[in-house]
Amino acid sequence: MPRRNDIRKVMVIGSGPIIIGQAAEFDYAGTQACRTLKAEGYEVVLVNSNPATIMTDSNMADKVYLEPLNIDVIKNIMLDEKVDSLLATLGGQTGLNFAMELSESGFLDDNCITMLGTSVQGIKMGEDREEFRNAMERIHEPCVASGIATNIREAAKLAESIGYPVIIRPAFTLGGSGGGIVSDIEELTDIAEKGIALSRVHQVLVEKCISGWKEIEFEAVRDAAGNAITVCSMENVDPVGIHTGDSIVVAPALTLTDIEYQKLRTAALKIVTELKIEGGCNVQFAQHPTTEEYAVIEVNPRLSRSSALASKATGYPIAKIATKIAIGYTLDEIPNQVTGTTSACFEPAVDYVVTKIPKWPFDKFVKAKRRLGTQMKATGEVMAISNTFESSLMKAVRSLELNIYGLDVPVIKALSTDELLQKIVKVDDMRLFALAEVLRRGVPTDKVYELTMVDKFFLGKILNIVSAEEELKVSELNEELLQRVVKLGFIDSYISRLSGVSDEMIRERRKSLGLCYTYKMVDTCAGEYSAVTPYFYSTNDTTNEAVRTDRKKVLVIGSGPIRIGQGIEFDYCSVHSVWALREMGYEAIIANNNPETVSTDFDTSDRLYFEPLTQDDVRAIIENEKPDGVICQFGGQTAIKLIKAVSEMGVRILGTSADMVDAAEDRKRFDAILEDSGIRRPQGATVFTESEALETARALTYPVLIRPSYVLGGQGMVIAYNDNDVIEYMEIINLQIQEHPILIDKYLMGVELEVDAVSDGEDVLIPGIMEHLERAGVHSGDSISIFPAYISDKIREKIVDYTRKLALGLKVIGLLNIQFILFNDEVYVIEVNPRSSRTVPYISKVTGIPIVSVATKVMLGAKLSDFKYGTGLYARYPAVYAIKAPVFSFEKLHDVDTYLGPEMKSTGEVLGLSVKYSEAMYKAILASNFKFPVRGDGILLTVRDSDKYDLVPLADKLHSLGFELYATGGTANYLNKHGIPTNATRKLDEQAPNVATLISSGKVKLLVNTATRGRQPERDGFRLRRKCIEIGIPTITSLDTLLAVTDCLAGGMQPADVKPCELKTFEKIVDTTRSNHLPLNEMPGHNPMLKK
Amino acid sequence: MKARLILEDGQVFEGTRFGAPNDVITEIIFTTGSTGYVELLTDPSCAGQGVVMASPVVGNYGVFSDQAESARVWPDAFIVRSLTRVENDERNASDLDEYLKANGVAGISGVDTRLLTLTIREKGTMRGMITGDFDTPPETFLERIRAFNYVSKVPVVSTDKKMIITKDDPVFKDRRAGSPLESINSRADGTGLRIALMDYGVKYNIIRMLVGRGCEVITYPWDTPAEDVLADDPDGIVLSNGPGDPKACEPAIRQMRHFYDSGIPIFGICLGHQLLALGMGADTYKLKYGHRGANHSVKDLELGRCFVTSQNHSFCVDEKSVDPDVAHVSHINLNDHSVEGLIYEGKDIFTVQFHPEGSPGPMDTEFLFDRFINTVRRRGN
Repeated sequence: MPRRNDIRKVMVIGSGPIIIGQAAEFDYAGTQACRTLKAEGYEVVLVNSNPATIMTDSNMADKVYLEPLNIDVIKNIMLDEKVDSLLATLGGQTGLNFAMELSESGFLDDNCITMLGTSVQGIKMGEDREEFRNAMERIHEPCVASGIATNIREAAKLAESIGYPVIIRPAFTLGGSGGGIVSDIEELTDIAEKGIALSRVHQVLVEKCISGWKEIEFEAVRDAAGNAITVCSMENVDPVGIHTGDSIVVAPALTLTDIEYQKLRTAALKIVTELKIEGGCNVQFAQHPTTEEYAVIEVNPRLSRSSALASKATGYPIAKIATKIAIGYTLDEIPNQVTGTTSACFEPAVDYVVTKIPKWPFDKFVKAKRRLGTQMKATGEVMAISNTFESSLMKAVRSLELNIYGLDVPVIKALSTDELLQKIVKVDDMRLFALAEVLRRGVPTDKVYELTMVDKFFLGKILNIVSAEEELKVSELNEELLQRVVKLGFIDSYISRLSGVSDEMIRERRKSLGLCYTYKMVDTCAGEYSAVTPYFYSTNDTTNEAVRTDRKKVLVIGSGPIRIGQGIEFDYCSVHSVWALREMGYEAIIANNNPETVSTDFDTSDRLYFEPLTQDDVRAIIENEKPDGVICQFGGQTAIKLIKAVSEMGVRILGTSADMVDAAEDRKRFDAILEDSGIRRPQGATVFTESEALETARALTYPVLIRPSYVLGGQGMVIAYNDNDVIEYMEIINLQIQEHPILIDKYLMGVELEVDAVSDGEDVLIPGIMEHLERAGVHSGDSISIFPAYISDKIREKIVDYTRKLALGLKVIGLLNIQFILFNDEVYVIEVNPRSSRTVPYISKVTGIPIVSVATKVMLGAKLSDFKYGTGLYARYPAVYAIKAPVFSFEKLHDVDTYLGPEMKSTGEVLGLSVKYSEAMYKAILASNFKFPVRGDGILLTVRDSDKYDLVPLADKLHSLGFELYATGGTANYLNKHGIPTNATRKLDEQAPNVATLISSGKVKLLVNTATRGRQPERDGFRLRRKCIEIGIPTITSLDTLLAVTDCLAGGMQPADVKPCELKTFEKIVDTTRSNHLPLNEMPGHNPMLKK
Repeated sequence: MKARLILEDGQVFEGTRFGAPNDVITEIIFTTGSTGYVELLTDPSCAGQGVVMASPVVGNYGVFSDQAESARVWPDAFIVRSLTRVENDERNASDLDEYLKANGVAGISGVDTRLLTLTIREKGTMRGMITGDFDTPPETFLERIRAFNYVSKVPVVSTDKKMIITKDDPVFKDRRAGSPLESINSRADGTGLRIALMDYGVKYNIIRMLVGRGCEVITYPWDTPAEDVLADDPDGIVLSNGPGDPKACEPAIRQMRHFYDSGIPIFGICLGHQLLALGMGADTYKLKYGHRGANHSVKDLELGRCFVTSQNHSFCVDEKSVDPDVAHVSHINLNDHSVEGLIYEGKDIFTVQFHPEGSPGPMDTEFLFDRFINTVRRRGN
């Protein structure tokens, strides 16, 4: 069937902010979809609240709406734009849920809007547990014994009949939020309560526990004519019981016999046929490890994280094909773009092994429970390609950037065998290394298998690696051994660490043996047809398929897995840099290992190296390509930390030099530059030991800010109020060896201002100045950021002047990001990063300046005067507001404190755009999925003593708006004394009924809790915040945020009132009003609490 | 122990020996399927070949005797990137290395199988030698390698006597016939149809497909005269798969016209499809490097639908040589548009180039067996 001609204007719903369970994969999918639709001649209208995505670039769709993903907002856009069709299967569960709501409410029918791709009935059959089970019964596919419950009593009854242990899964949620395995009524009550609360339809599935079975996934694609294929099979190394998003996964499935494989594959095709899928669908199975029994676990009738992995693992562009199917094409009508000659109607064959390992946030959240189960906790993932399982696994481990290059890990070695045996059963993020260690200590494979049910194939291969590691430690490094370990995926620095022979010596010997790194191509067909898409992985063979071309070429180092502090923003920057290079006629080469992103899509760059980003791996790429330059500015900390090593490889660094990057990080060198420029910074010093730290802190006077140098996302950063805080901090930080000193600064409670700028070495271009809503001390990534900053001309000039001085002082070529504090009318610099930042995509979009493109061109010799944007501050006070709000994934991470401080905790961000400050703020907060309380709801206030004074006017306003106020002892007394009627409730550790009873009663719809200082999670406040998060009550931990929310509540705005603002229109307003000196429209709210 | 693979063009690949330690000269082909190495090794169509696995990690789940597609292992050599050893298997699988040793098949691992695959793709199927002789310079073997002549293995792989197979035979218990995608009717309803199966190197799963659908199957040696077969009064005839060049099977080709004229429904698979085409005057040619794997899509021109199929062949029917009065093309390969199936005009005869029985590989076209049985039954009524 050819392209549909009955539709003209397609609405695409994106997936919104990055949260655990829904990451960059939907930017990749959405971007492919939008580009495909445009190429087919349709008009595309896109809505997505996430500004850090490629898909929300104003040229990705005809109309881009960076608007809250809210049903009323979406409806308004659809009506305004008069769209005639909707593509909803590429925006994750978020996009799909909206589509279902639009359809079920009759909105689509009423407005004659066609749903493209899989029908609503098909999606429902896949998503609704009961309908799905009925469908499976119809086609005789076995499901796991289970039932639906809508309350605890029903759940308990089901569990009795199925028999404990059972798994509880809430219906319609992401990443299995609120689910878990329970083995008795008590556990069931706890988990089922949360699950029912979290489910959109208030249902949970109670299911027979099949832990220990193999977990296998198939990614299937079907067209409207009924042609169906499976793109890829994937096998979880961790058997059923660990969420697939938290499992180590290999592709293709490696331990299934052909009979098992074909049975599951056939079942997958039967299922997509029954659901009448038109597009992509993920099917998950459990395969009994020793019998032929299997069961269907679930399906995702849409593009998913697994489909992104399958796409990148095979080279088959599922999102693009799914989009083409949605607009009418059949599989055989679509060419295979990778080979250029064959058809998309085939199943990719792979001649390599792909390994995915999740990236967990536990290095940031040191106190979080690391235990893995049915609820996903990973924020991102890495993928590695190689031609043995061993080397594929080794590459994946290196890609995680844990400073771990193999399976020999000191912290794991420190554990006793008993502890390790515990650890391999109670799975956490370190299980792989624990498995390796127990095998190393001689625990028989059979026993490890019995305990963990990890297939002996994998255990055997892990043992191969472990044996080689041990051999390196004791044997002489002869030719045979070197050859063997290199082929197992050991890099020079790791061989060096184990053998004691120096890196250089190993490199030399390796090369003299002809053991080089060569590259093979991912071609979708295991070499059967010649391919045109250059997408490579390293091996140690003799021939090289990545033959260097004689074009001028630049290597861009990517940003690796999505993690807290280094999100999709950096992929955005890498992709834009690659595009700028291609535009300039360079061969653009990217090295990255994140399967979820646009940067690793097969047609983003001229060449893609799917590789770990360690020195050794990058060196091999550089030796192969001999690029004219390397760019380390865009890939976040991953890339910038390589700059010194890369520069020592004798290749040209484009942009700011390695030496100047060091100058920005080195306290002494940086202080000297500041002094030369006459710029102030909060007083501080660098220390190594606890006693030095205490001495410095006392000299500066508390509170002080303590952090390590060379980190991203505020890792390990705290505000210390007393000696105890300093002692506790130094203990934690010294668990890992610190190469770099610890920084201690005087903490100033002022307003934070932030700029991103481009410098050509002579002048700077500052697109705009941003202001943080929350007082200094809340990490910039976690605070609400307002553009443009509302500051006086004098301060603005100072910011511009300082930025210019710092850029020149640090000889910046390309990007720099500076954070300032405005305190008592004085500007202090707190941090300078000579690289791209989290805010670059957002500020690019709202000012219309393609910052990364300009920076890339400048790095290659262009001058700012070559562009039309001028120098200095570009957008002074444009008649718009763009407000960025952070988004968190706290409900997925037990034991993580929701209190916001100097350590970054958010996983994503959203944008609110408007010409009015109040509307922009409302949009931003709405888009962040904050549930506004409504008149009559209860608000629980419990704040530290120092905040009580400032709370009074806010509480007063909330009361006058008709909210019922509750507070614990001190806060309640204080408010009542000031004439604000407040219900007192007992504290958590006091006798019931207390505040816990109050929360369970459902009366409270918002918690305002400013933490008493300290990091001990045992504290009351922590427990209170966690309880609220777990049952879905929004929590505010800063009065600055409360002020903004209160203003929104006072404004009385509703989602339906929101005026959607198209991005190009917004850019146009900025363009015409950017030279304004003062706001001509509505002024921002005044925050009397901050000393500006 | 180290070993070499020397190709006729002089390229040498080094690796490690496994399986039997004998030197062997054979025709080197590659397959892209990732599962089912036991099925592949026991597929008689692989007789006389050195099989290269493009899939890099092989032997992962060991060997189960009930995966066998015939009574023995057929290739001369097995070439892999990385071999997995299996011991103390919880399902009592045996080890692939041991299995090949026991079956006298030479193996070589540690080979850059992708380079080998690309070489064959570019230069076509080649002769090659596996040897453990490192004392002799490789080029001295080239003359012998180039002198190697492939002879048809059909006489070797075919049954040496007529045999009657029923569903009580344990080898043919229905393990595969799981759930056809579009089952036209249910199998095994005990209609007792008698199917004559011409064994050019049949895979057990073809027999299972028939027995599982309630047929009594009689297998015949490859060169059995048609009159002897027809004398047993079969309700249908299946022309099986088998190894090598169809034109080397002259005695079998001569029977085709008789089968065609008998009016009995015929279903041809792979070599059987080629033999009938040759017997009816069409021509076949050798593909540059064959189609081998589990991922080839064919388009069923009658249904307008595409199916993923299992393939294992070097030769192909030439579309231009097919007399339109005799037959028309029913299936084409979506990648190179070669002939994948024929329907004979005015006859209950259809043949396919691919393997609807899978094993190894997908069973998406298993319904063709139902179609065949239905045709047979309809004619009987």
